[in-house]
Amino acid sequence: MTFDHILIRLGEITVKGRNRGRFETEMLKQVQHALRGFPGLTFIRTYGRLYIALGNEPYEPVADRLKDVFGISSFSPVKRVEPELQAIREGALAVMRSFPQRQATFKVKVSRRWKGFPHDTMAMNHLVGAHVLRNMPNITVDVRQPDIELNVEIQEHHAYVYCEVVQGAGGFPYGSNGKAVALLSGGIDSPVAVWMAMRKGLEVEAVHFHSYPFTSKEAQDKVVALAKRLSTYAGKPFKLHLVPFTDIQTRLAQSKQDHLIITLMRRSMLRIAQRIAEKSGALAIVTGDSLGQVASQTLGSLNVIGRTSDLPLLRPLIAMDKLEIIAMAKRIGTYETSILPYEDCCTLFVPKSPATNPNLRVVEHIERGVPNLSEMIAQAVEGTETIELSPDAPAPAGQTGAAADDWF
Amino acid sequence: MLYFDHSASSPPREEVIRTVSEVMAQIYANPSSLHQGGAEARKLLERAREQAGRLFGTSPAEWRFTSGGTESNNLAVFGAARRYRNRGRHLIVSGVEHPSVAEPFRALEREGFRVTVLPVSGTGHVDPADVEAALTDETILVSVMHVNNEVGAVQPIEAIGRLLKDRPRTLLHVDGVQSVGKLPALIREWGVDLFTVSAHKFGGPRGAGWLYVRDGVELEPLIFGGGQEDGLRSGTENVPAIVGAAKALRLAVESQPERAERLGRLRRRLVRGVLTMPGVMLSGPAEDDPLRPMAPHIVHFCCPGLKPEVIVHSLEELGVLVSTKSACSSKDDKPSAVLTAMGRDAACASSGIRVSMGDEHDEASIDALLERLETVLRKLAPLRRKEDRH
Repeated sequence: MTFDHILIRLGEITVKGRNRGRFETEMLKQVQHALRGFPGLTFIRTYGRLYIALGNEPYEPVADRLKDVFGISSFSPVKRVEPELQAIREGALAVMRSFPQRQATFKVKVSRRWKGFPHDTMAMNHLVGAHVLRNMPNITVDVRQPDIELNVEIQEHHAYVYCEVVQGAGGFPYGSNGKAVALLSGGIDSPVAVWMAMRKGLEVEAVHFHSYPFTSKEAQDKVVALAKRLSTYAGKPFKLHLVPFTDIQTRLAQSKQDHLIITLMRRSMLRIAQRIAEKSGALAIVTGDSLGQVASQTLGSLNVIGRTSDLPLLRPLIAMDKLEIIAMAKRIGTYETSILPYEDCCTLFVPKSPATNPNLRVVEHIERGVPNLSEMIAQAVEGTETIELSPDAPAPAGQTGAAADDWF
Repeated sequence: MLYFDHSASSPPREEVIRTVSEVMAQIYANPSSLHQGGAEARKLLERAREQAGRLFGTSPAEWRFTSGGTESNNLAVFGAARRYRNRGRHLIVSGVEHPSVAEPFRALEREGFRVTVLPVSGTGHVDPADVEAALTDETILVSVMHVNNEVGAVQPIEAIGRLLKDRPRTLLHVDGVQSVGKLPALIREWGVDLFTVSAHKFGGPRGAGWLYVRDGVELEPLIFGGGQEDGLRSGTENVPAIVGAAKALRLAVESQPERAERLGRLRRRLVRGVLTMPGVMLSGPAEDDPLRPMAPHIVHFCCPGLKPEVIVHSLEELGVLVSTKSACSSKDDKPSAVLTAMGRDAACASSGIRVSMGDEHDEASIDALLERLETVLRKLAPLRRKEDRH
């Protein structure tokens, strides 16, 4: 194996001035957690960087896991050598030879972080480059647009040689920017919104509204599956609040305001989400709204619906196009589940012509006419069931759950 | 009794029988029903699909349940040819395929497709160079089995897959019925587009199998109706058999490396013994040969001048079950198409005996088989027809 270490570059957290130390400690913890399935790894933390010694572990599966860890801007498989000329030259050649032997151009980029190293950067570029050229007849130099950029980083105790830079997920370590609750419907958008909030370092608790028998158990299973998928990014148990919404929905439907029903439902949902946020110490509500996508996401609707919340409403998808959202959902592995055909409680009640520009005064007036609305909201919060999901643990079993394991 | 006919059908595993019977008793709802019972049945199907996906390193959505090898092969061949007929009308198939592949190709030839039948070597192996030579811009499908069901030759699927890497318009179908659980099947790495699996060849129930359909490949269905299996195979799903098949698949695939090693050892012992018997021609290399690999569980030989049924029945009297040709076609009297394609003359091609081993066998069972085979051959030697002798 050519590469024996992985060099991890931390993203935005390095701009965090005084808090950097705390962020870096948190980052190390999360990387260790994400890679706990690889006992052969050792972790080395240095200024703004993290190194992983692979030991006997294979690179590819470790890299696959790293791509999902928030706070990593990029990483590289590297070869570690002694910080002296001959070792660096041999390491550079070994790295170059790990590429398929064909015509290619390259350039050397030496970063001399240890100022005590005897050769200066210019000299090193030449010394390393010449050694590769002598030994690999198919390789030529192109300093402008090389196929391969051969990087050499010289530090006091070790030098690192690498070519490849793999994009990380970016963002902040999970939970390092506080906590929010997020509305999770089961559609394509809301899981993406949750993922984007998580990437920004928010710890997220998801809130889902179900209204059996208007929605099926499968619609709920689908949300559990989505939450489970999202939990792989959390690095710790992911909370999902399941709110019984049948009574409120039925009562709102009885107000005979078909074109406003979605507006009314969304307002009640936000009120419930806010209560749940207060109970769990969350300081924001994340939604999957994308401007203009559906009637409840026009600016007029967002205004009337959003007024029910005192907490900041975070809408990571607000300026994204549907196709971008779908591409993202595929990338984070929620798309396949999201497109399963079970309806959530909003899609079932979509009227023929929902209001795109609801009137706040009219909506407030209707709500005052709904008997016991605030009591029902309190009851819904009261009756909320909370489950915790982890990527490895099986989803809470159904009736045949116990037998099913044995059957397979 | 010594059962040496695993390639025809294998004894179901205890655990599989239990799964099938429990699921059959408890999960009787139709997976398409909306109620909770239907949802439970549906969940089991999806779990079975996930299991197949995981065991082969593929996506669960790429697996379709069928009634077994024959249906999967028919669906793959007819489905691909008819779906992509506008891309070209040329098909390639090896000369040693199971009838459930060979016959659909003949039917397609009658429908107006041009079919190239690949020759095989004396040991039953396809040469990738012949595949390369046969490929044209019109070729839409290549079908080569992983392990030959009659003689056990392992085909160079990896090399054939490489030839097709740059030809996205040519699909590769591999009949893996005889290989699953005995050899690694690296469907994705090899670039296989369609892969056939049958459960009862590795301790699962009959009437259950899979067709792997790579993401992006579309097939024309053979059976129309309620649109089950993504519209590819209508009909209420056989939930107990499917779940039992998924269990058998896990048990077979997880223990594949040890099985291959163990059966390979037994195979070498059997081959050594067969080679010492007069009047017997082994249908494969006498020594393990990486250039002509053979599946670990099958040994095939010919006894020219003797009717194979007589050998089968004589061995049966001594408590040993083996087979002639492949079980599906062993009742007719014609020379084996596989052996004929391998260049055997009629005398040899109509006197083939197949021994196929399984997990219950050990060195003692092989020695018992050899001893009884020797007895039978000695007894039958005077009846050997002289003109057929070599």
